[in-house]
Parts: sequence; C-alpha cells; structure tokens
Amino acid sequence: MLDTVFWPLVKIVVLLNAVMISVTFMTLLERKVIAWAQSRLGPMRVGPYGVLQAFADPIKLMTKEDITPANADKMMFTLAPILSLVPAFVVFAVIPFGDDPLYYVADINVGLLFLISVTSIGVYGIILAGWASNSKYPLLAGLRASAQLISYEIAVTMTLVSVILTAGTLSMVEIVEAQRETGWWIGFIQPVAFVLVLIGGLAETNRAPFDMPEAEQELTGGFHTEYSGMRFGLFFLAEYANMIVISAVVVVLFWGGWLRPFPSVGALALLDYIPSWIWMFSKMFLVLYLFIWIRATLPRYRYDQLMRIGWKVLIPIAIANVVITAVVKVLL
Amino acid sequence: MATESAAMFDTDELVLNMGPQHPSTHGVLRLVLRLDGERVKDVDVVMGYVHRGIEKLSENRDWTQIILLTDRMDYVAAATNNLGYCETVEKLMEVEVPRRARYIRTILAELQRIASHCLWLGTHAMDIGAMTVFLYAFRERELILDLFEEYCGARLTYNSMRIGGLPLDLPSGWDDKARAFCDIMDSKVAEYEELLTNNRIWLERTRGIGVISGADAIALGLCGPPLRGSAVNRDVRKDEPYAAYDEFDFDIPIGTRGDTYDRYLIRLEEFRQSIRIIRQALDGLPEGPVMGKVPRLLKPKAGETYHAIESPKGELGYFIVSDGRATNPYRFRVRPPSFCNLQGLRPLVIGHLVADVVALIGTIDVVLGEVDR
Amino acid sequence: MAETIVFYTLSVLILGLAILVVTAKNAVHSVVALVMTFLCVAALYVVLEAEFLAVIQILVYAGGIVVLYLFVVMLVNLGRSPEEHQDPRRLSVFGLGLAGAMLLEVAGIVVYSYNRSASTVTAPAAASPVQGNTQELGWLLYTDYLIPFELASVLLLVAMVGAIVLAKRDL
Repeated sequence: MLDTVFWPLVKIVVLLNAVMISVTFMTLLERKVIAWAQSRLGPMRVGPYGVLQAFADPIKLMTKEDITPANADKMMFTLAPILSLVPAFVVFAVIPFGDDPLYYVADINVGLLFLISVTSIGVYGIILAGWASNSKYPLLAGLRASAQLISYEIAVTMTLVSVILTAGTLSMVEIVEAQRETGWWIGFIQPVAFVLVLIGGLAETNRAPFDMPEAEQELTGGFHTEYSGMRFGLFFLAEYANMIVISAVVVVLFWGGWLRPFPSVGALALLDYIPSWIWMFSKMFLVLYLFIWIRATLPRYRYDQLMRIGWKVLIPIAIANVVITAVVKVLL
Repeated sequence: MATESAAMFDTDELVLNMGPQHPSTHGVLRLVLRLDGERVKDVDVVMGYVHRGIEKLSENRDWTQIILLTDRMDYVAAATNNLGYCETVEKLMEVEVPRRARYIRTILAELQRIASHCLWLGTHAMDIGAMTVFLYAFRERELILDLFEEYCGARLTYNSMRIGGLPLDLPSGWDDKARAFCDIMDSKVAEYEELLTNNRIWLERTRGIGVISGADAIALGLCGPPLRGSAVNRDVRKDEPYAAYDEFDFDIPIGTRGDTYDRYLIRLEEFRQSIRIIRQALDGLPEGPVMGKVPRLLKPKAGETYHAIESPKGELGYFIVSDGRATNPYRFRVRPPSFCNLQGLRPLVIGHLVADVVALIGTIDVVLGEVDR
Repeated sequence: MAETIVFYTLSVLILGLAILVVTAKNAVHSVVALVMTFLCVAALYVVLEAEFLAVIQILVYAGGIVVLYLFVVMLVNLGRSPEEHQDPRRLSVFGLGLAGAMLLEVAGIVVYSYNRSASTVTAPAAASPVQGNTQELGWLLYTDYLIPFELASVLLLVAMVGAIVLAKRDL
C-alpha cells in the first residue's frame, strides 16, 4: 500500500507544486530575458531585481474579479480552462527527471504515446474557450488554434515515430537508457527530427512565431479575450506548463535526458558526481531559453502561411525522415 | 456536378467590428470587416472618434494661436505641422524668413520625420509580431524627443515655430548633440534592417501584401511613402522645395512593386536620407537672426493660398483664406496626408486575411488625430 | 475487488455520459460528453491492461476525430434551435424496428460469447513470438489481420477523396 499509493501520491503532489512554482518563475524569466533583449530592465519593483514578481502575479490573478460574460455558455466557459490545464499537468507523470525511480512518477511502456495523446486533449480547452465566450475574436482564435494544433500534432507525431524507431522503445526512461547504451544522443543521429519537433513544439504551445491563436495585435488576445482573474491564470499556467513539457520532451528524446554530456567518454566520468536531475534541468533551461529568445526576435507568421508550413513542409519532411530511418534501420 | 454540390458548403459571412478599441488600429479607427472565413470581402472604414473641430476652431483663433492647434493634428509629427502652417501664412503675407531659421526648420522637420518613422516602424513591426523592434525604435525616438525638449521645452506638442521664423535660436551645444544623434541613428537603422529586412517571416508577411499600382495610387490621392512605394516619384521636398530643401543633396527612394515591403524599405531609406539632410544642414548652418520682420499684430491682406509640405506621412497641405479685416483666418482647411492615405485602406485590404489588415493599417501609417482633426 | 469497483464506476460513467450525448440540447455539449465517454472507455482499457489500445483510443478518437466534430458543430449555424420532433418525414416505426434489431443482435452476441466462454477455455490464439502490448498488436495487425487492415486503409482513402471532391468548388 505504501509503495503503490502513498509514495506516488507524495511524488505527484511535489511534482505539481514544482510545476506551478517553475511556471511562475518561467514567466519572470521570460519577462526578464525579453526585457534584456529589448534594452529594458523588466520587473524591478517587487523584491530585489523583481524576483518576487513571480509571486505577485499569481496573487494578483487570484484576487482579481472573475467575470463570466452574460451571454457565455456558463458550463463550457468554466470547463474550458480546466480542460486545457489538466492534460498539461497529467503528462508530467511520464517525464523522467533523473535516473532513479525517485525522479519520475510512472514509467509506463507506452510513455511517449501517452504523452502525445494526453497533450492532444488540451486543444479542447482552447476550442471550447473560443466557442463558449460567445464572442467573435475568441471564436476565430479557437478555430485557428484547433486547426493549428491538429496540423502540427500530425507533424510532431510523425517525427516522433522516427525517434521511436531509432530508440526502439516507447518508454521515456528506456529512450534515455538507449542513448546511454549507444553513447550517442539521438539529437546527433536525428538532427532533422530535432528541428521538426522544436518547430512543432513551438506551434503546439502557441509560442511565437506561431502564436496566432492569441495574437493580441490581430485577435486582441485570442481565445482568452473574455477571461479574467484566475480562469485566465489557468490558461496561462497551462501554456507555460506545456512549454516545460515540450522542453522536457526535446531533452529526453534528443539530448540524452538526465545523461551527462558525452556519456560514452570515460574520461568525463567525473561529471557523474553531478546529480542526474541537474543535467536534466539545465538542458531544459536551455531549451526554454531558446523559446524565449525566439519570441523576442521573430515576427509572427500569418495563419495560412503557418498551415502551409505545417502541411506542405513539415509533414512531408517528417514522413521522409521516417522512411529513411526505417530503411537505415533495416539495412543496419 | 462539383459546383452544384459545392452550394451545400456555402458559408455565411462574418461581420467583425474591429475597433475603435483595438490594440492595432493605431488609435480609434474602426473597421467593419466582412469576412469569408478569415478573408476580407469588404470593409467599412469608420472614423471621427477624435474629431475635435480643429479647422473650425482655427477660424476663431488669431494667427499665432493656431500654431498650437496644428500641434494636435498629427501629434507624432508636430513640428512638420507647425512648419506647414507657418509657411502657408508666410506665403500669404509675403514674409521673408531668415536663412538660419529656414535651416533650423529643416533640421527640426527632418528630426521629426525620423521620430515619426520610428513610431511607424515600431508599431508596424509590433503589429506583425516583432515586438523587440518596437522598443528599439522607441529608444531612438526618445533621443529625438530629448533634442526637441532641449530646444523648445516640449516633448510632443512643440509649438516650435512662429510666423516669420522661430521663437528661439538653438541652445549652445545643441548642434553637437544633434550630430551625435545622427551617428547613433545610422547604426540603429542598420540594426532594424538586421532584424527585419532579410527576415524570412517578415518577407512573407510583407511581400506582395497590399499591392497597389501607381495609377491607382494617384487616383486614390495617396501621398507620401504609400505613393512612392508604387513607383510614383512625387515628393514635395524635391518638386516644390520649401524651407531650405533646395540647398541640400538627398535622394527620394522609390519602390517598384507597390507592396508593404516596398513601403517599409522606402521609409527605412528615408531614415538615412533624413540623417543626410540633417548633417548637411548642421554643417552649413548660417549665422544670423532666426526671426524675420513681422508686425506685432498679424493681419494678412485679403486673399487665399494653398501650400503643401512633405510631412512624414505624405503631402500635408494648408488652404487658408483671409478676408483682410479680421485677425483670424476666414477659412482654414487642411489636406491631411493620413486622411487621404486612409482612403487607400479599403482597396488594399479587400481579399487579404485578418492578419494582413493590421499589417496594412500599419503600412499606410495613419495618425487618427490627423484623420479626424 | 478494487478492479470491480473501478469497472462499475467507469461503466456507470460511460453509460451516463453516453445518454448525455444523445439528450443534450446543445450540440457542443453533446460533443463534449462524447469526449468524456471516450476518455472513460480508455480508462476501461487501462483496467483491462491494454495500455496501448487505451492511449490510441485517446489519441485517435478523443484527440483527433472528435475535435473535427467540434469544428463542424461550431461552424454550422447553431442559432436555429433543433426542430423538436416535428419532422413529418420522420419514420418512427422504422427507427424503432432498427433499434430493436440492433438490441437483439447485441443480446445475441452476449449470449453466444457467454456460452462459448463457459464451454471452452479461451486459449490464446497462436502464441505470438513477441512480448508486450504494442509489439503483440503490431504482430497481429501485420499477420492475421493484414487484409482487413489494408482494406480499412483503402476505405479511409476513398472517404478522404470523396470529401475533397464534395467540398472542392472546382476541380
């Protein structure tokens, strides 16, 4: 009982709190990094160098008035943020943050598929938010978002197939183990797949330059136009939690998860004294930093261009990549 | 058969009311979009939300008081508004403006052009999603505002010119600061170009968007960069020189395709040309008074005149009628470039997507204060 | 014991949500209830230790197909309330007969399989040479069920081409 119920529960509680806290600091990091990129200071008022801004924001969101528009579909309007948040949190269950079972909640044999399928549920939150608000901008945004997510999900899933072929397993933990055994991070074997997943990940988390569903300049904030207070906060939480998930997926699949650099070079065994989770988190940090950097630099694609890239560029490349991987795998 | 069954899939049009409260309509412009999916089938441009009756007000103010009303039309380019008005009255009264005053006016007008283009670049890039450019452009605009503040004490509505000259000479050391600014600006324009000009996404968002032919542009009465983008060589500074423009070397950039990207390139080149003009003016700044001989009480003789200048947005013209008896104009009429360019929005927008609409509002560079007056 | 509780809870949820799918006035509510139904069915698969099937159920049905349902439901005109049982062309008797036939069929299957499982011990069909949920499924699909599998894909292709022909204005 202790092993099957109690410890997993403790892990889940710790993990969820860690995710929420890292999301708040993620927003702070984003504001700071973008501010530095734009020759500003960013938040400076709350605490030294604005560090406590990470707590001020959630407090503000929680104490704000929570408005439901008069003509909204009340039930769906309430359900939508929950539907987008829950999948974002559930997928953390299968992400291994370290080499010890202590660092992950579950290692299920279809881990990667579980991750893909659960994230695909998140799109309902966005569509329903757009529809339930009973307002035109959110509706347009909801349609954009769903079309975008579905298209890019195909591209990403296709790409992941080539990773699965390379690693020979669907379990997240075993994918990392496979990279330890071969001594090659999959990112070096499958660079194309890495780029595709990164682009697809940006699109699936609605990040710049693919942030059409919430493009404030066009759709005044998109699907969460009508949301305020903590319900808006839930969308926000989901978006950033998804970013963290994508960064974790990229690291686990392509950059050796918790492995130290050059896992096959014995001379660097000294690095093994650094705990595995530190490697994992620092790699994730780099990916997240890249996301923020991209947001500070690039303009936004137009909706039809985004769809064109998804269907006419990414998906064919992904399929070609799968075929090539399969052929190479058979030949070797 | 295909066409018959297609009727089954016919869609309703969606009427989307964009503005007057919308983050990217550059003020209180309202667009009533008729959409087929996300494609714009038709658009009604509704304006008038900041109409303050400046033209009518001006007919009840004396000639000097009107200067500060002109500040409030195109509030991001107040100095050129002042310049246009003062020159029109000077033309009406046949007043000689000292050469030094004309040089300083040119410097101020060109600084103002850079400031206005900075604001345009920032907001245009932000509409297309490049938010860093916005802050970069505002950083440089700030330097210009500082220069203006040092010259006349104000940062937005300058009231910086007088009929017959200027209220003040340049403060000592101002010209060095302006020179230093030109050096900074040179490198910063290169920085903007680095971020945008060859950026794939920027190219995809602006190339071939909002194409308008030269003939159409003339027919619509477009002016300024939107006109020059369509390969029409028209710039009041060259064609009918005013202030001291006939004494300087500068080029008028002309586009070829008439799309948003060309208009972007033109304005970026205008940054450089403006810097060039400012440098020449600072180097050749003559000595002398800054105020011509003007009577205390202005009372132009009866008559009417039209005079146009090239404001950052395009051809800014003033038409003034004096009845020769009163100390205020009998009729005061402005040809605002933003208003005329806004006429071009409808043909530009139709057939494009919602996302392009914001890019196109940006590319014609309207200031609603000037459109509505 | 725990398994039984979970099974019955899920069954009640599935049936309740399925009823909601049919009875909900608002089409969007129906679709959302449908998603919930699929999710519960996926949970049922997990209880049966068919994780791969559960995940695919979520991915394909909940995550893919129903999103498209929702898309369509949102796009068509919902301002008009559904005509409440007034369509004169409604064939009530025919519908009832069809439902009855369907019910009989289901009952038949249940009874038949119950008898069969009681009489014979269900031996695993030809022991597959591979281990694990995913591998086993792949093995079966590409050996015993190869032809139905290929036929299904052709069927899907036909449906896709048909949809494009119908929707495309001019080919």
